[in-house]
Amino acid sequence: MSDFDWGIIARSSAFLAEGMALSALLVLVATVGGLILGFGLALMRLSSHRWLSVPASTYVTVMRTLPLVLVLFWFYFLVPLAIGRPVGSLTSALLAFVLFEAAFYCEIVRAGISNVRHGQSDAGLATGLRRAQVLRLIILPQALRAMMPLILNQIVIVFQDTSLVYVVSLHDFLTAASVVASRDGRATEMYALVAVVYLVICLGTTKAAEFYRKGLPS
Amino acid sequence: MIVIDDLHKSYGHQQILRACSATVNLGEVVVVCGPSGSGKSTLIKCINGLVPFERGTITVDGVSVSSPKTDLPALRARIGMVFQSFELYPHMTALQNVSLAQIHVLKRSRAEADARSEKILARVGLGDKRDSRPSQLSGGQQQRVSIARALAMDPRAMLFDEPTSALDPEMINEVLEVMQELALEGMTMMVVTHEMGFAQRVADRVLFMDRGQIVEDTPKAQFFTAPASERARQFLTNVLTH
Repeated sequence: MSDFDWGIIARSSAFLAEGMALSALLVLVATVGGLILGFGLALMRLSSHRWLSVPASTYVTVMRTLPLVLVLFWFYFLVPLAIGRPVGSLTSALLAFVLFEAAFYCEIVRAGISNVRHGQSDAGLATGLRRAQVLRLIILPQALRAMMPLILNQIVIVFQDTSLVYVVSLHDFLTAASVVASRDGRATEMYALVAVVYLVICLGTTKAAEFYRKGLPS
Repeated sequence: MIVIDDLHKSYGHQQILRACSATVNLGEVVVVCGPSGSGKSTLIKCINGLVPFERGTITVDGVSVSSPKTDLPALRARIGMVFQSFELYPHMTALQNVSLAQIHVLKRSRAEADARSEKILARVGLGDKRDSRPSQLSGGQQQRVSIARALAMDPRAMLFDEPTSALDPEMINEVLEVMQELALEGMTMMVVTHEMGFAQRVADRVLFMDRGQIVEDTPKAQFFTAPASERARQFLTNVLTH
């Protein structure tokens, strides 16, 4: 059985590229949207007002206990019900990813902010800076450096998770590859390709995170 | 200048400050001393509102610190504060540390702020360190940058919270010298410190605190020669014989 047909990769490259484009779109939207929403949630969780911190921590806890597949399903069926018209798989999947990842990014941002010494904010306030200025000029730049490796790590996880969108009949990279695999009976070649691509992307990002961590002055 | 009247502060059930009253007049140097845990740091952090308190009043230049109508950031901008652990911003150079609040609070232009920062850094003996990060500076140098950061705001008064406690012994003097110079120039200062030599040289008055209360508020000479309370006498024997 040495008759591997690697040409299948070239022949199906357009279809695979479409899958990769969808994966990339999901990663991009989930990361940007998740970070923005997660940042807001983190500020709420860190607030001393219970009416802000309790809803935020409840949201984060609930989202983190649910499997992503369930959330994808939910939004696929619930969003059309809620707004009264169908929204399509892609919109519901993007929404699900953003809202799901926001919970994880919230925890990353919160850890980053909590890691900055309390005295730093005292020092800023003592010079007359307002709270928002202290956050923007003093706390966040320090928090962001601590958060970078965790954010890169989360991007790897999101990328791996994009393969779950097959449940709402979207074709991400892995799904596209498996379609070709079963259509042309070239499972070995296609899944080998998928493994290599995932390995390269995830390893590359993880290495970047490590590199970043090492490059930081302590 | 600073008037503290009947101040009470507690964390949960633990009472940290009890009925503290004191006044710091314009141009005065007041040293606050006492055993650790006596509430000195809490008292000084109440003055610029970094620590909220539940009873009593503090007024700075006639403005109440705890009144909800007070523009607290504006009040803080007029009082410099120096912390035990320096608290320089690690992601900025010495110059940027000193310029930050000038730009964002006093709305000076960057050029104007940097020019002022350079002058003040030179004054604390660090003219050549403007581009150094805090991590590249010694403890004594960091504390001098943090004094410069406070001075750059042209404060009406300066608060020092154990400014030399985190320093190696050989660096204490370089910081005390800067503070002493400030005192001689007439700066109003409130200094929490264990450095009794500094108190003897520059203080006008000494506040002695014990278990959340100001036990003694006396002119320097009297504090060192004839302290009124037994507790202060004990404290002095302990710190002066070391």
